[in-house]
Amino acid sequence: MPGESREPALRFENVSVFFDDQPALADLTFEARGGQSHVILGAAGSGKTVLLKTAMGLIKPHSGRVLVFGEDISRMNERQLFDIRSRIGMLFQESALFDSLTIEENVAYPLLNQKAIHCPSCDVLPRVTRALEFVELGGTLEKFPAELSGGMRRRAAIARAVVTEPPLQMYDSPTAGLDPITAHTIMALLIKERDVSRATTLMVTHRYQDGNLMANFRYNSEKGSLEPARNGDRATARTTFMVMKEGRLIFEGDQDELEASHDPYIAKFFKQRT
Amino acid sequence: MFDFVKEPVLAAQDFFLLSGRALKNIFRRPHYGDDIILQMDTIGVGSLPIVVLIGFFSGAVMALQMSRALAQYGQIGRTGQLVSLTLVRELGPVLTAIMVAGRNSTGIASELGSMKVTEQIDAMRALGTDPVQKLVTPRLIATATMLPLLTIIADFVGMFGGFIVARFFLGLLTRQYWMSVWRGLEWYVDVTQGLVKPFVFAFVVSLVGCFYGLRTTGGTQGVGRSTTQAMVVATVLIFVIDLLLTKIFISTGGS
Repeated sequence: MPGESREPALRFENVSVFFDDQPALADLTFEARGGQSHVILGAAGSGKTVLLKTAMGLIKPHSGRVLVFGEDISRMNERQLFDIRSRIGMLFQESALFDSLTIEENVAYPLLNQKAIHCPSCDVLPRVTRALEFVELGGTLEKFPAELSGGMRRRAAIARAVVTEPPLQMYDSPTAGLDPITAHTIMALLIKERDVSRATTLMVTHRYQDGNLMANFRYNSEKGSLEPARNGDRATARTTFMVMKEGRLIFEGDQDELEASHDPYIAKFFKQRT
Repeated sequence: MFDFVKEPVLAAQDFFLLSGRALKNIFRRPHYGDDIILQMDTIGVGSLPIVVLIGFFSGAVMALQMSRALAQYGQIGRTGQLVSLTLVRELGPVLTAIMVAGRNSTGIASELGSMKVTEQIDAMRALGTDPVQKLVTPRLIATATMLPLLTIIADFVGMFGGFIVARFFLGLLTRQYWMSVWRGLEWYVDVTQGLVKPFVFAFVVSLVGCFYGLRTTGGTQGVGRSTTQAMVVATVLIFVIDLLLTKIFISTGGS
């Protein structure tokens, strides 16, 4: 598969995070190789968001190591982390668009503020426009986040996450709180972004349908729509499923292995697929 | 055994760490000039009407109260002296700081608190910006610049309020009142005291608001809690620091 690399883009080694002596992540070990997709399933409070924030260096692990593109970020200070973070795109659960900035300013924010990006000022607007057109929000540059619907805000946040074309992309519950049609549109955009950029993708969700789409559909650039991946593609599946429970990783494997699991907690996810 | 002191001690430590980072950032790039100007407008120009109103009426009421006491000794002509002394040394700095705390410590706490609970602070860090540099330092610089200026305006408007009472209710002559005001002030001691206090209070007003905003947890309910805490703590600290500063000024030779 083009873009796939043996070098892990992200690696957790025995990572533990505690909040008020309660483990949010407990001895977590996994790795995401370049070009792979990881779907992280888990109930509310199972540590999914903490995992993404730890991978971004927003939360420091109490023990263990987090390696991003081979660099240990566990001991880095905030300024050292800025360079690493410029290579990661993150979609936050509540979109986290800046209320006081327009959509154009929001999407331009990483281009203007991430020192490692080096984007000439004349390139900012074309790249912002391109990113917003990618998420089909071309006409919203001057609007403020409060003027957009929940689904549109989520799409604008995706544009902000991918405008710098980061090689590692993380999505925190991208379809949470959206109606099924909008949720499908968001998933189609994420799959399109994955297949166009060939980036390593981590997606946190509690909806098995999202993982199923990620694993079994691909973006057809000629037709401009999603289509089921052919059997051959499925055989070389780049999608790994992980299941979190109370801060622990209790399953890691492909979709077939997941669906063969007899663990009632794991089965709960794929039995709700329809 | 001493678990109950752990939380306040940790909070105090976090507050001083935040203050240290905010101060250090004044001398570090990048500088967010636009944000400083915006905050000066919000904190300074935005607070002007309430500061003018409070200043005017506190000066007027001081003149009324003082004149009653002075009348007993036949010294009503010294009303201006007492009004100016009270305003410049105490009422001007303290009342202005409390007004600005009520308006801006709470505003800062709720704005930053909302950003915290909607993950905008995390997004800011993720997108290459230090939230202390971008949000706290501009508010600190803007408050430290505007609060002394607002205090000067409040002092003057207060003296004018006192003049209106002295002229129209106490029957003092214009020149008599303003000469008394002028004589009442020891320029070096009183003006220094009157400007150092608001400068120090500015740190309390801005940093307490930022501190409670940035440590908000628990959704919209948490934002309300942070806003209330910011107001209460800022007001109490203003009075405590006022006492300490007054004692220091008196001990170091001020009258």
